[in-house]
Amino acid sequence: MAVEHKLSIFRGRLTFKSVTQKIWGVLIFLSILTVIEVVLGIFKPQVLMNTFLGMKLLNWIFIILTIIKAYYIAWDFMHLRDERRSFTSSIVLPLLILIPYLIFILLLEADYIYNVMSDGFVSWDF
Amino acid sequence: MDATLTNQSENENIWGGGNKPLNASYGKMMMWFFIVSDALTFSGFLAAYGFSRFKYIESWPIADEVFNHFPFLHGVDAPMYYVALMTFILIFSSVTMVLAVDAGHHMKKNKVAFYMLLTIVGGAIFLGSQAWEWKNFINGQYGAVETRGGQILQFVNAETGKRVNLNSFAASIPTDRSQHEAKNGVWYVTESTLPTYSVEEITAGFLANENLLIKTQQNDAKGHKIVLDREGSINKITQAVHVVEGANLVRNEYGSPLFANFFFFITGFHGFHVFTGVLINLIIFFNVVIGTYEKRGHYEMVEKVGLYWHFVDLVWVFVFTFFYLV
Repeated sequence: MAVEHKLSIFRGRLTFKSVTQKIWGVLIFLSILTVIEVVLGIFKPQVLMNTFLGMKLLNWIFIILTIIKAYYIAWDFMHLRDERRSFTSSIVLPLLILIPYLIFILLLEADYIYNVMSDGFVSWDF
Repeated sequence: MDATLTNQSENENIWGGGNKPLNASYGKMMMWFFIVSDALTFSGFLAAYGFSRFKYIESWPIADEVFNHFPFLHGVDAPMYYVALMTFILIFSSVTMVLAVDAGHHMKKNKVAFYMLLTIVGGAIFLGSQAWEWKNFINGQYGAVETRGGQILQFVNAETGKRVNLNSFAASIPTDRSQHEAKNGVWYVTESTLPTYSVEEITAGFLANENLLIKTQQNDAKGHKIVLDREGSINKITQAVHVVEGANLVRNEYGSPLFANFFFFITGFHGFHVFTGVLINLIIFFNVVIGTYEKRGHYEMVEKVGLYWHFVDLVWVFVFTFFYLV
């Protein structure tokens, strides 16, 4: 099965000689991201504890790093980079549309319920 | 045009599976669409977790205080190291899987088998790690009491601020109360195991020890749990109705019952995926060894289970972030 592989990552800034090399390269990249996450999670720098858009800056960093990791797992380990664009879109677009929508309505509603309970007579709900 | 062209030739049997829409074989395509639906299921779970968390934003347990065990380091506060290790194990088994797929493209049977085996071993180690994590979570470490209103009260040392184990201060009050078993009464009435200490023993022990304080579930402005002063603690301990050791689906010593429920449900569902992934990998591994795909002429089946395995890894990346980091 002759499958052609695209060997560049970071928009062509880094090109590998073979698929195996690209795999190890992506592993190193994912490991660095995970190490950054763990180090930040252990030390929790005070600068990053400020709130931004309803969440701590640190949590935003964690979520963005996670999405970057997800991108490289899907694109390089799951070979989405080598698939046709239409196929990639039919997989990724439904997720990109539905998941943020779901998160948006659930978190907004949760915040509303939190406000109702903190202003109301319920001392503790469990 | 190129996007939807199906490259169909004259003598090809469309209904025999030879057709390749979007240049992907049917098997691969259906695996992808299964993954899309499964991804939506997991995002539903994680969004529900986010819902509960935002609802209890001021009292949700802090993951660093719950998951702080590491093998062979008893009593050492080691937050996150263990899950970080588990993440590396899973990412590494993902790498061996993609190496197996690559070896399959080059028709190297022995290499495929070797990398598949490494993947299976990685998956098994991950499953074992998760079992250990569950064991620690279920057994708990310090114990706590629950009030009539359902709040969890933990005990801390006034000087060091560290959690204190129930057995280090509980008084000993002899009692006739024992676990009710079905054989001693109506056959369908039983009760679960009683806690090691009764509420009276904990209360008496707490009043006798001057340097104990109560840690509540509420966060202060900086996100730390509020510790009451001695007077407030004595006032609070009188409201205790349950002694809680470890975690189950009804109550847990870490805080909100929903926290334990989501932990069991989401990591359990993910662990089930890993388990099925290991099983499927095993089947494919044996097929590789006996040469099924060598005869078939291609190793696409390895690629398909590879997709599933990477997806399991992908889900763990998100579970790791939302359960342990955020």
